[in-house]
Amino acid sequence: MPTAVFEARNLTKTYQMGEVEVQALRGVDLDLFEGELTVLLGPSGSGKSTLLNILGGLDIPTSGTVRYCGEVLDTDDDATLTRFRREHVGFVFQFYNLIPSLTARENVALITDIATNPLTPEEALQLVGLGQRLDHFPAQLSGGEQQRVAIARAIAKQPHVLLCDEPTGALDASTGIVVLEVIERINRELGTTTAVITHNAIIGQMADRVVTLSEGHIQKTEANPWRRPAGELSW
Amino acid sequence: MAAASRGAELVMLAIHRKLLRDLAHMKGQVIAICLVIACGIATFVMSLSTLASLRETRAVYYERYRFPHLFVSLKRAPETLRRRLEEITGVRAVELRIVSDVTLDMPGMDEPAVGRLISIPETHRPGLCNLHLRAGRYVEAGRDDEVIVSEAFADAHELKPGDSVTAILNGRLQTLHIVGVALSPEYVFQIRGGEMLPDDRRFGVFWMGETALAAAFDMTGAFNNALLSLMRGAAEEQVIEHVDDLLEPYGSLGAYGRDEHASDRYLSDEIRSLRGMGMIAPAIFLGVASLLLNIVLSRLIGTQREQIAALKAFGYSNRDVGQHYLGFVLVIVVAGSLLGTVGGMWMARRLTQLYAEFYRFPILQYRLDASVVVLGLGIALAAGVVGALISVRRAAKLPPAEAMRPESPKSFRATLLERLGLQQLLSPATRMIFRNLERQPVKTALSILGIAMSVGVLVLGNFMEDSLDYLMDQQFQIAQRQDVSVSLIEPATGSVVHDISHLPGVIRAEPIRGVSTRMHFGHRSRRVGITGLPPDMQLFQLLDANRQRLDVPPEGLLISDKLARILEVQPGQSVTVEVLQEERPVRDIPIAGVIDDFSGLAAYMSIDALNRLMQDGETVSGLYLTADSQHHRELYAELKSSPRVASVTIRSGMLQTFRETMAENLLRMKAWNVFFASVIAIGVVYNSARVSLSERSRDLATLRVIGFSRQEISLILLGELAVLTLVAIPVGLLIGRGLGELVALGLDTELYRIPLVINPDTYGFAAIVTLTASVLAGLIVRRRLDHLDLVAVLKTRE
Ligand SMILES: Nc1ncnc2c1ncn2[C@@H]1O[C@H](COP(=O)(O)OP(=O)(O)OP(=O)(O)O)[C@@H](O)[C@H]1O
Ligand SMILES: [Mg+2]
Repeated sequence: MPTAVFEARNLTKTYQMGEVEVQALRGVDLDLFEGELTVLLGPSGSGKSTLLNILGGLDIPTSGTVRYCGEVLDTDDDATLTRFRREHVGFVFQFYNLIPSLTARENVALITDIATNPLTPEEALQLVGLGQRLDHFPAQLSGGEQQRVAIARAIAKQPHVLLCDEPTGALDASTGIVVLEVIERINRELGTTTAVITHNAIIGQMADRVVTLSEGHIQKTEANPWRRPAGELSW
Repeated sequence: MAAASRGAELVMLAIHRKLLRDLAHMKGQVIAICLVIACGIATFVMSLSTLASLRETRAVYYERYRFPHLFVSLKRAPETLRRRLEEITGVRAVELRIVSDVTLDMPGMDEPAVGRLISIPETHRPGLCNLHLRAGRYVEAGRDDEVIVSEAFADAHELKPGDSVTAILNGRLQTLHIVGVALSPEYVFQIRGGEMLPDDRRFGVFWMGETALAAAFDMTGAFNNALLSLMRGAAEEQVIEHVDDLLEPYGSLGAYGRDEHASDRYLSDEIRSLRGMGMIAPAIFLGVASLLLNIVLSRLIGTQREQIAALKAFGYSNRDVGQHYLGFVLVIVVAGSLLGTVGGMWMARRLTQLYAEFYRFPILQYRLDASVVVLGLGIALAAGVVGALISVRRAAKLPPAEAMRPESPKSFRATLLERLGLQQLLSPATRMIFRNLERQPVKTALSILGIAMSVGVLVLGNFMEDSLDYLMDQQFQIAQRQDVSVSLIEPATGSVVHDISHLPGVIRAEPIRGVSTRMHFGHRSRRVGITGLPPDMQLFQLLDANRQRLDVPPEGLLISDKLARILEVQPGQSVTVEVLQEERPVRDIPIAGVIDDFSGLAAYMSIDALNRLMQDGETVSGLYLTADSQHHRELYAELKSSPRVASVTIRSGMLQTFRETMAENLLRMKAWNVFFASVIAIGVVYNSARVSLSERSRDLATLRVIGFSRQEISLILLGELAVLTLVAIPVGLLIGRGLGELVALGLDTELYRIPLVINPDTYGFAAIVTLTASVLAGLIVRRRLDHLDLVAVLKTRE
């Protein structure tokens, strides 16, 4: 039995929107295991981002518990969460969230500046196949390249976990596949525990496990008998 | 932090790189704010360091040339009193002198000038009030016609050693040979008692050997003026009491300290007014800088929500993010302060030099305390941080998960104008303008306040001119209507009025009498001259608070509002008047009324009542005359040669001097004010415009794509600026008036006060300059709008 990196129990999250309460999560139990690649599927508004943000220490649940390697994450203590994010988590977002005033290398340096045992920005960019684009500003890169810079930035600190929220959402199919190949390679070569959110059920084929959310619940969890290489996917 | 410490010495951290790139990206706005801060710090450093330099220079000057602490004039006393004066506890040194005002006949001047002759020892330099020779030499013993002339008078008449002037000494015409030109700490300003301003053409100081001067005035072995310096820590009040007791039998007018010395007081007032300027101007600039930082930073943070979210997601703490945005403030404030300090130092050097030349200080001590620079930087930082605090806190507190989601669409609502049912009047473009302004009330209010400040600065800069014009008008057109005032050497009987009214061209002659007194009420007292006026006075009018004419009552005193406030006395109450001349009577006299004038401490009563108080018959000490302008030349010639006339003051001359002095100062101030106000106006308008442009470029680009013309979208953006400016102008006029009140209050000294008068054209000028600056800023932004890259704008995700 592999060890659980994340253990989430009975998570709920309620947003107060003026008069209305929005229940984004309604009791989620989920374990993510060491070195595993998990895909989170589900329709828009089903609570995928909310769940991932809680796992990554960006947000805290309204009730329930989350543990990361036994350490409690459902805490109000901002310093603890910041340290957790700084030391262990790499994030990749749908819209890249690169700093437009910094070059690719500098965007990665932003993270290596504060990490304990980072790759160099050049190594990280090499890993995502952008060794030739070090000094380009985000505006000078295509969407796929920007997303790969974002991945380089996420993995440069050699994080224990990599959390990706719709990393291919803004990309066309072939560019999306290039990005997924990078994520797959990081997971395989560095052993980084990885979770990928997507709307696209086909992407589930590259995962060890596919978790499907619906209206704040986990509807089903399926383990794939084998991981289809990202390069073979198509949609 | 391993990487950080590993590379820190060589490589700049990426977050700092972001700071610098972002700053470079908004360089127009950064420069505008830097300039506003620089102006604030420059005026701060300039005023405070000029103030310190002038104080220091004056102190060194006084010390080196031994400016005394006490002054006393009397009728005549034997020199043997020196011992007694020296024995008074606390007295360090005593200088006995003969001082006399004489009429001078200056070539090229129809009207007479007044010369003050002051005795100096021939064999050595004076022990107190030493002279600084600028040209020529000191007087020599055995020569009875050598004088040293004050530099101010020498410059006004182009006199140099070797020249001579003619004067009437004790009734005899005498030629005085100028051997030297000198400065004295006693006459930094050559002001005659009773005048408001120095007039270097018509009043000059001459120093003459004491043997010669004593002989000319039959004062051998006697003196009529004494200077005393005190030991450190001596009780001035007690020394004054002793001196007064000792000299009272000899016709003493009462000893007084530096605080009542005309030149020193004038100098102190001028130096002090620098301090007011050193506070008000920087406060305005830094206040505006604070507003601008608030506007710009809150927009910056608004556009960088997602960048902030990313930074936090990767483990930058709230503190790191807060510090990053405070970094913007720090860079801008430090850059602005550096620029301002350098500029301020340069201006302070120039200004101190100008003042030193103007005051004719023989020495110049330039001082810049590091503490002023540090204090300036501290204040600027505080202002910057206050301005940015709200935005920076918002950035620091922004929950990362929240920031990841795009900001929810802005909620708009119908504006006040529309809710009032005026929507028919508004075109869609106009509606957009008003909705935008109403949706961000804080930003709108801050922008208006900022622009209003520029208007306020301009009003403030010009109000002095209006007020002084009004003052001159009131004082010389309404209150003092004489052409010439004459003062006599000795009080004389009423027959002198008759004699003088028969001089050529005299239309009307009115007698006056001046008496030196000390006025007491409760424990408060002041030295005040009482002027006796005839009941049917026409050439000199007293006005009450409503600017209505007041007649001199047969009994009782009319005192100036300032004096009434200082003594805390009201009409109906009585003050104790201690006369400091002749028989020195002491009487309680009721206050009959309070007059409104601008010249500080003054008291008037009926000349008959004053003569009764002095136990004299009909006595006059001076006259006010009006004369036919055809005969001025002859009249002046007669007055110049009259042995009874001590001095003559010509009104037109006074007015001219006043205007010249003021005009030069004011013009220079005006240029600076326009510059400063423009910096503020352009800074505020430009920044508001850039922020609006950044907020609206998507909407505007969309409008362009669906077919609006450049003019039409410019109208939306520039219309917003126009509305801001138009609303700001009346607000600014009010602010200017308020600031004027503050300044007038600061200038309200015992010597004079400045009425707060602001002419419509001053308001107009302020409005026009600000409007022009706004239009200029609008045009700069409009150029950007014309180059709006539609594709790029629409592609970026807000
Ligand atoms: N900050 C918030 N305030 C209010 N409601 C929120 C907030 N964040 C999320 N929600 C609501 O919670 C629910 C779940 O949102 P979440 O973003 O987790 O969905 P998602 O599965 O990621 O959807 P998508 O695929 O569209 O990204 C939605 O109904 C959303 O509107
Ligand atoms: Mg989502």
